[in-house]
Amino acid sequence: MNEKQLLSVDGLSVTFSRRGRDPVEAVSEVSFTIAEGEHVGIVGESGSGKSVTAMALMGLLPERGTTVEGSATYREQDLLSMSRRQLNQIRGSEIAMVFQDPMSSLNPVVTIGTQISEVIRRHHRVSSKEAANRSAEMLDRVGIPDPRRRLREYPHQLSGGIRQRVLIAIALACEPRLLIADEPTTALDVTIQAQILNELKELVADTGTSLIMITHDLGVIAGLCDRVHVMYSGRIVESARRYQLFTTPRHPYTGGLLQSVPRLDSPQDEPLRPIEGSPTDTIPWTDGCAFQPRCPHAIDQCLEATPHLEPYEDRMLRCFNPLKGDEDDKRDR
Amino acid sequence: MTSETDEVVLEVSGLKVHFPIKAGSLIRRQVGAVKAVDGVDLTVKSGTTLGIVGESGCGKSTLGKALLKLIKPTEGTISFDGSDISQIYGERLRRLRRRMQMIFQDPLSSLNPRQSVETLLTEPMKAHRLDFDPKTKVAELLDLVGLPHSAANRYPHEFSGGQRQRLGIARAVALEPELVIADEPVSALDVSIQAQVINLLRELQERLGLTYIVIAHDLAVVRHVSDEIAVMYLGVIVEQAPAEQLYEHPMHPYTKALLSAVPLPDPKAEDERKPMLLSGELPSPADPPTGCRFHTRCPFRQPTRCADERPALVEHSSGQKVACHWADEIASGTITPREEQDAVTTAR
Repeated sequence: MNEKQLLSVDGLSVTFSRRGRDPVEAVSEVSFTIAEGEHVGIVGESGSGKSVTAMALMGLLPERGTTVEGSATYREQDLLSMSRRQLNQIRGSEIAMVFQDPMSSLNPVVTIGTQISEVIRRHHRVSSKEAANRSAEMLDRVGIPDPRRRLREYPHQLSGGIRQRVLIAIALACEPRLLIADEPTTALDVTIQAQILNELKELVADTGTSLIMITHDLGVIAGLCDRVHVMYSGRIVESARRYQLFTTPRHPYTGGLLQSVPRLDSPQDEPLRPIEGSPTDTIPWTDGCAFQPRCPHAIDQCLEATPHLEPYEDRMLRCFNPLKGDEDDKRDR
Repeated sequence: MTSETDEVVLEVSGLKVHFPIKAGSLIRRQVGAVKAVDGVDLTVKSGTTLGIVGESGCGKSTLGKALLKLIKPTEGTISFDGSDISQIYGERLRRLRRRMQMIFQDPLSSLNPRQSVETLLTEPMKAHRLDFDPKTKVAELLDLVGLPHSAANRYPHEFSGGQRQRLGIARAVALEPELVIADEPVSALDVSIQAQVINLLRELQERLGLTYIVIAHDLAVVRHVSDEIAVMYLGVIVEQAPAEQLYEHPMHPYTKALLSAVPLPDPKAEDERKPMLLSGELPSPADPPTGCRFHTRCPFRQPTRCADERPALVEHSSGQKVACHWADEIASGTITPREEQDAVTTAR
């Protein structure tokens, strides 16, 4: 791909420190790029650092007690060292974010119409009437029936699915170049999730918006993203194009994850093969590989040295003992 | 998934749970009712698992609670081992409850944070005044769910989510019940942990000969544990069939939509998958649509009959029970869904 890079994140790390406690490195050594119009997925379980990565890029982490290192170059500017004022110009108009919980991200005492117009008028000099028209148009585009009436309603009057659509409408109101969606459908039912993912897919394709999709659901990623980064314990452990990642996972964690999720299209009687232990059974990356305590493929080296994210075959991988070809890993595990 | 006998453990007929809606400040009058469960018939055979799936608000959790009489049913009978639970009270009900237990969704809020694991696990026996040796019983239970014996003196907050759910399961099987109702047993857990708990549930069923009712919104999870599956929509069962058959040949339009909406972790399948998108959202159970509950969102809807007449759950040639007027026509392809374009325009 020789498309133009829109955002390139290099060596991002986030450390939270509190007085009297050891600092916690929530994210470290995270590097990835996203081209214009590209859709990138970040998968991981709770605590893997996927949301913190997004918050750091948007400058949404609290300043006190947080150390953010590395760089995130967005169109030749570094998002991480930018002043609050510069950031405010970019956020909302160029880079927008959709959060998981629509109830807590909407203001409960302000009408939907005001909340969408606010974003539009913050970034464009338009009359309130014009902003209201655009708001109605946005609601219509995300598939909300009767948009004019909805503009006058408050968040509590809407169902979960409609609220999430409103959030997407707000995020896309200023036609951003990059949309970061953090678990946008996790709180919703499957049939509503299908509607929203479908609309989101069409909207980003129509407008050529780049997308960073953060989720724990491998299914959501499989249909939506060109490239996928798998995170474990704060670091990217495997990055690959989606076909390669899903058909020939190389990191034992990715492989384990794919085998442990119950699927609709696998034989029913086949027992699931879970990853042993839990995400809390981990060792610091400085002592070796954080996945070592749960890894069926661990070798001595995994406890002695820290693996680095390096090119391996057709992808980037952080592992000393990767899974082998298709046949092999079926027998192995 | 174990030795099936034809012995029926639980038989439910015409079960309704309505929650009254009241209005008026001085004189409270009932002005309506939320029909959470509105006429459900079920039979569960000994040693098998019945899965109940549906979206939030369809009444599946209310149904689960009503089966244990944690909520009083408005109408209908629940016969457990020959006696009608809805008519039993006091001491007799308490004794019957020993044989039916529940596993809850959120293990942290269902385990008392101030009780040690030993106290938590022995409480059911104390409540039922059973004779037992606490040390050996606790060790036995911990072995059963795969936790170390050292767990006995620890407290719930010291465990991870998956381990807590194991404790919840240990407590549920402590009394050696016959029937266990699990309400969303894995939905609060991380993906890599869900499989562990699902496998544990299956293993316990084999070892203890349990009968399960598993309530969940995740179709893939339910499929992995169930022999028979019932799909609920707005307080009624719209389709019930053996698990494999339901997934291979869904007959009710809602089941079809539900199955096609699940994203698969496989890019190839994902590129080919055509989700059957439903228009609109779940109507309010306080004011459900007339006729077929699903007709307002159904892409196969036919004029008048669907809106006028409520379909009954009828057994079809394949042994599948479906509540749809046009199930056979849809299966044979004589009725096709309205065009997707059409569905989108009506949604707007």
